[in-house]
Amino acid sequence: MQTSHRTIFLSTILAMFLAPGVAAAQNSGVASGYPVPKDDLTPQQRTGEGLYKRYCIGCHGLKGDGNGENAPYIDPKPRDFTLAQFKCRSTPTGTLPLDSDIISSMERGLRGSNMPSWLPLSGDNRQDLLAYIKTFSPRWKTEKPGTPIAIPPEPEVTADHLRAGQALFQKLECWKCHGVEGRGDGPSAATLTDSKDRPIVPYDFTEGHKFKCGKTDQDLYRIFMTGLDGTPMPSFADNVKPDEAWDLVFYLRTLQPMHTKEKAIAKQIGLKPINPEAAPAAAPQQQQQPEQQQQQQPPPQHTR
Amino acid sequence: MTSPQRSLAGGLLLTSILLLLFFTPTDSFAIPVFARKYGLPCSACHEAWPKLNSFGQKFKDEGYQLRNEKDAPIWLRPEFWPVAMRITPHWHFESAGRTAVDSAPSGEQTINTSGFDLTGIDILTGGTLANNISFLLVPSIDVGSGTVGFESANVRLDNLWGSPWLNFKFGKFEQDVPLSEKRMMTLSNVGGAYQLYHFVPPGDANTDEFASLGENQLGIELMGHSEDDHTRFAVSLLSSTNGTPGLPFGRSYDGYLHLSQGFLVPHLGLQRVGVYGWAGLRPTFFLTTDGVPIPGAGRGNRSFYRAGVYGSVYIGKFDVTGVYQRAGDNVFLANATSASPSAINQPTVLPVGAQGPQWNTGTIEAHYTYSPQLFIIGRYELVRISRQVLASNPSDFGNVDVFTIGYRYYPFMHSRDGLAWHQEFATENFKGLASSGRDQRFSSYFMGFDFAF
Repeated sequence: MQTSHRTIFLSTILAMFLAPGVAAAQNSGVASGYPVPKDDLTPQQRTGEGLYKRYCIGCHGLKGDGNGENAPYIDPKPRDFTLAQFKCRSTPTGTLPLDSDIISSMERGLRGSNMPSWLPLSGDNRQDLLAYIKTFSPRWKTEKPGTPIAIPPEPEVTADHLRAGQALFQKLECWKCHGVEGRGDGPSAATLTDSKDRPIVPYDFTEGHKFKCGKTDQDLYRIFMTGLDGTPMPSFADNVKPDEAWDLVFYLRTLQPMHTKEKAIAKQIGLKPINPEAAPAAAPQQQQQPEQQQQQQPPPQHTR
Repeated sequence: MTSPQRSLAGGLLLTSILLLLFFTPTDSFAIPVFARKYGLPCSACHEAWPKLNSFGQKFKDEGYQLRNEKDAPIWLRPEFWPVAMRITPHWHFESAGRTAVDSAPSGEQTINTSGFDLTGIDILTGGTLANNISFLLVPSIDVGSGTVGFESANVRLDNLWGSPWLNFKFGKFEQDVPLSEKRMMTLSNVGGAYQLYHFVPPGDANTDEFASLGENQLGIELMGHSEDDHTRFAVSLLSSTNGTPGLPFGRSYDGYLHLSQGFLVPHLGLQRVGVYGWAGLRPTFFLTTDGVPIPGAGRGNRSFYRAGVYGSVYIGKFDVTGVYQRAGDNVFLANATSASPSAINQPTVLPVGAQGPQWNTGTIEAHYTYSPQLFIIGRYELVRISRQVLASNPSDFGNVDVFTIGYRYYPFMHSRDGLAWHQEFATENFKGLASSGRDQRFSSYFMGFDFAF
């Protein structure tokens, strides 16, 4: 009986060691659906490649072009890494983002999309993924990331700031896409397309607590000063001064569903939604000078 | 312990083991329905399905939500149906050494058998009912008897008051155990269940049928976790029914607690340490009508406990989890003796030398994830009884050693379904359990296609 068990045991172990060897050989080649690894990858990129295939390939695709097997069913569509064009950046429009911008997107996830938060991954893993993502576009070899925009200290919220922000909201024609109450239902909303000519909807301030690129006042400031590349949301860095940008941040906070100090002040002063037909309201005295400068410039055109 | 007593104890244990082996559903949770809903490959949530990775664990802890504001059913395509199924057609070989056989010259012989077979089929349904409200329903069909049971049926309320520390689960669910048996990577008759959760010493009447951490339990659970899921806790209040519907036993409750902390080690991965404990009561006798026990009328409750510590270490593609567990049953429970002298039709006097058994279990399970498509597993479990049910038993009577090795190969990896080629060998040795008093060994070899769609 002992011999019987020993024979069974040894035969089984032998068979089981042979079989995964065959499987491993299959697994490393094209037969598994995985490509043969590129020769020029660094060890970090190789690690990132494995992680990319584990977590990202279903949406972003084998070539990183956003054409994964699930892409047809996803809205908004996955990022095309071959363009090296990213919505969430701290750098000016048209420039490459900082590593920390992409890492931050991985950690945070992108609200309203299928991109979840990858916070459970280790910091090393996120860095490995970033290294591999950069292999999809030659831009990372020929260009440097842009210089991050400066965000001045946030001033105290006042009624004047809210009124000035509302005036800007009307003057910059934010309402044309986002709607007069920020519901994302402006007259242009239905016509918007992204850089690949796919329909895209503007952000509905009344539904969300978070934005695609963060949830803090600083994140909101950064969004309209850098723009969301690849979408119709332009950068206002050349049209809006830092103080004005803060005014706009404060006003946009009054449109959101949660209770904020901005909302409390707006209620106190009886701030009503803008009337697109009327001339923009005169901003308070201390805000006059920047607004006068604004009036000399046409509103920025939406990029495609 | 006399020879007849030993034979009886051995026979009882053998019967319970065989029942466990042949009727333990090998269902486990790998739910392609979630992959289909979110468009993620199986490998996003599983090291290799059904074993969760840290991302999958967080997804589960969030109430099957990615929390990207697209979790609610309103975002689903109308044709989406949150149902998946899993079954494993396989061939297996079973060997039961030193089995008592009437016609054998020595009274014992090894029984070998083999053939093609099926596991039970799992119907896995789960998802969100609304933001932060989710469900899991797992009907399971036993292919032998055709009976349908509910492996899981629960509703979850998650992130109450916006806090990840307040998540409630209500219904029937798997306890938050350190090594999930419902996500077990081994399927054979010998290797497909953890001794950690099922073992009781020979002769202990508080068997797996009455108290097992491997069984999903009925109750309510409060579970919480940090944003990154590194710190986790779960505390449950459970009916003392071992997950059996209909309140068949008594009217008491069990309590379960699990605390764990994970920490990242640069270049290695997420490590975790934790403690857990389960304590409860079971009746030692039933009120009767005409001598027939009245369901739900269990009385004379006595206690049992299971408590353990564990550590889980990741070193790149290699990971190993070690669990130590201490367990004990009250002397009345273990010896099927009423704790009340007023009990009718049931023994009220403890056998000579009766003791409350205590035992220690050690489990080491290691995995090597070559890629999401090839997963290798090895496990060693040992059980050492420190106090026998009867003082006259040899001190090592019923001690167990189980060794399991196997691998799973996934020929493709996408978000629609899953297929794995599974091979496994497992062998276990019970000390002194044969009717002759010699050791008894069981072995299983299993190979088959495990698929979920």
